[in-house]
Amino acid sequence: MTDQKTLAEPGQSPPYRRMMRPMEGRLVGGVAQGLATQLKLDPVVIRLMFVLLSVVGGVGGVAYAVLWMITPREPYQGEPPPRDWSQLAAFTAIGIALFAFGFLTGASGGGIGMLPFAVGGIGGLILWQQADPERRKHWVTGATKSIRKNRVRTLLGVMLVVAGGVGFLVMEGQLHEAGQGLLFTGVVVGGLAVIAAPWLAGLWKELQLERRERIRQEERAEVAAMVHDSVLHTLTLIQRVAHDPREVTRLARAQERELRNWLYQPAQDADATLAAAVRRIAAEEEDAHGVPIEVVCVGDIDLDAGGRLAAMLKAARQAMVNAAKYSESPSISVYAEVEGEEVTIFVKDRGKGFDLDAVPADRMGIRESIIGRMERHGGSARVRTEPGEGTEVMLTMKVEKQ
Amino acid sequence: MTRVLIVDDHRLFRSGVRAELGDSIEVVGEAEDVDTAVKAINELQPDVVLLDVHMPGGGGQEVLRRVLGSGSQVRFLALSVSDAAEDVIGVIRGGARGYVTKNISGKELADAIRRVAEGDAVFSPRLAGFVLDAFASTEAPSIDPELDSLTQREREVLRLIARGYAYKEIAKELFISVKTVETHVSSVLRKLQLSNRHELSRWATARRLV
Repeated sequence: MTDQKTLAEPGQSPPYRRMMRPMEGRLVGGVAQGLATQLKLDPVVIRLMFVLLSVVGGVGGVAYAVLWMITPREPYQGEPPPRDWSQLAAFTAIGIALFAFGFLTGASGGGIGMLPFAVGGIGGLILWQQADPERRKHWVTGATKSIRKNRVRTLLGVMLVVAGGVGFLVMEGQLHEAGQGLLFTGVVVGGLAVIAAPWLAGLWKELQLERRERIRQEERAEVAAMVHDSVLHTLTLIQRVAHDPREVTRLARAQERELRNWLYQPAQDADATLAAAVRRIAAEEEDAHGVPIEVVCVGDIDLDAGGRLAAMLKAARQAMVNAAKYSESPSISVYAEVEGEEVTIFVKDRGKGFDLDAVPADRMGIRESIIGRMERHGGSARVRTEPGEGTEVMLTMKVEKQ
Repeated sequence: MTRVLIVDDHRLFRSGVRAELGDSIEVVGEAEDVDTAVKAINELQPDVVLLDVHMPGGGGQEVLRRVLGSGSQVRFLALSVSDAAEDVIGVIRGGARGYVTKNISGKELADAIRRVAEGDAVFSPRLAGFVLDAFASTEAPSIDPELDSLTQREREVLRLIARGYAYKEIAKELFISVKTVETHVSSVLRKLQLSNRHELSRWATARRLV
């Protein structure tokens, strides 16, 4: 748990803040924890580094002590939290194991007598790993995450260190002597890698599984929210207005449309393209009048700045309103097509139709809002209707191809 | 009388369709998933299978693959709540002779079933729109020009379907017979199924992602 908290999120803490020793999640003095926060690394990495440096000539211990002294403690309210003794034990075990290997590989004179310590240390480590799967997971998650995040930096660092070390030894003329020790170290590290490989692979798999599960859970949460916020709500509303079939239909259609958009339509800005705008207008009029409007769009175009398409959309809306209000048609078909430089919108109903010549001159709906508007903006409108044959309004507009 | 098998995983919907079709069409059976559907088709040999697109066990496309793959001549009409391009194009390419959405009225559905039983194709306005869009949107050179593009007349027919015209109205509008309209639509269906340019499938998939 402590490891996750310190996985520094970018932007969460201000840059260049002073290093502190936190009380929460510390193992000894909180130095590694503080350093990890400062460097945006996982504390496990820092701790391992300290352990490693302590084994190699005790530098780590000294560095730790110095840092402990010069770093202020982070203010903490209340009872100091207990230390995580199992982690501390694990790091101690690693330290002892490494130390023992140092002796065995001939770095110092411990010889074969240190073997039990080495075996014991590794054994303890494995036991601890298996005893606490939850922590073990975080342990590896944290380490791989921080290494992944800074892959380039890590690689560059390792290369620099190796190059520096080799260069130093060459300059001092000791490369040959150190060669033996390096070889053994290499063998030991290789051996450890071979031993650890199976369960590292297992952990990796587990980690992938966990990630996939998390994604699935997020998706499920989104679906649940959608169902709860709209579908359940609509169902409740429908029960309340059950006596009014028209309202029930309207509610059901609106909900269906919303769900469909959510499932099948990409998120579109309704004010950006023609097809999206036509769909939105149809949805609004369907909602307002309770008549289903089926929309089919072929091709698409960005709405122009000159407002010609906006005018065309207004005319289309008026045609839909007329059809919904007066035609008594059970449904309305809208077809919008963009082909080359021509935009066409058809609004068709199967209603009662009317005699176009008999429409009084003062009725503004068709003459002004549809035909007049289209012509003022350089387009054209045609109305085809006959009593009993339904009505179809055709709008055409030339646009410049973008 | 046309013999129909209803394949859908929703029992309520199956009984709803059964009731809506009434006496004009004989429903010989129902199936609720891929396996029972394949079995029922082989046993009952219906004229038309009303096929749901989304079902447990692989969906409508799996039924099409298994039944048509074994050389059966049964005709399929896809019936779905989904009007996603992927589903529509996918099931048509899989061998269905038509696609209608579930909000179709009982009378229209009965007409569509009869038409499919006679070997014609049934295009909903939305399917017509998809086809126009799919065939228009590609500018890549085609391998087989006869299969990979629509004739002027076919485009006109599809456009009228998309505008909400019935076959009879299309025939009147274009001064041709209803039979000719059906021929054009069947020809488009053939192109849709046989055209081997991948743009069609890719277009359908991409439409979801845009």
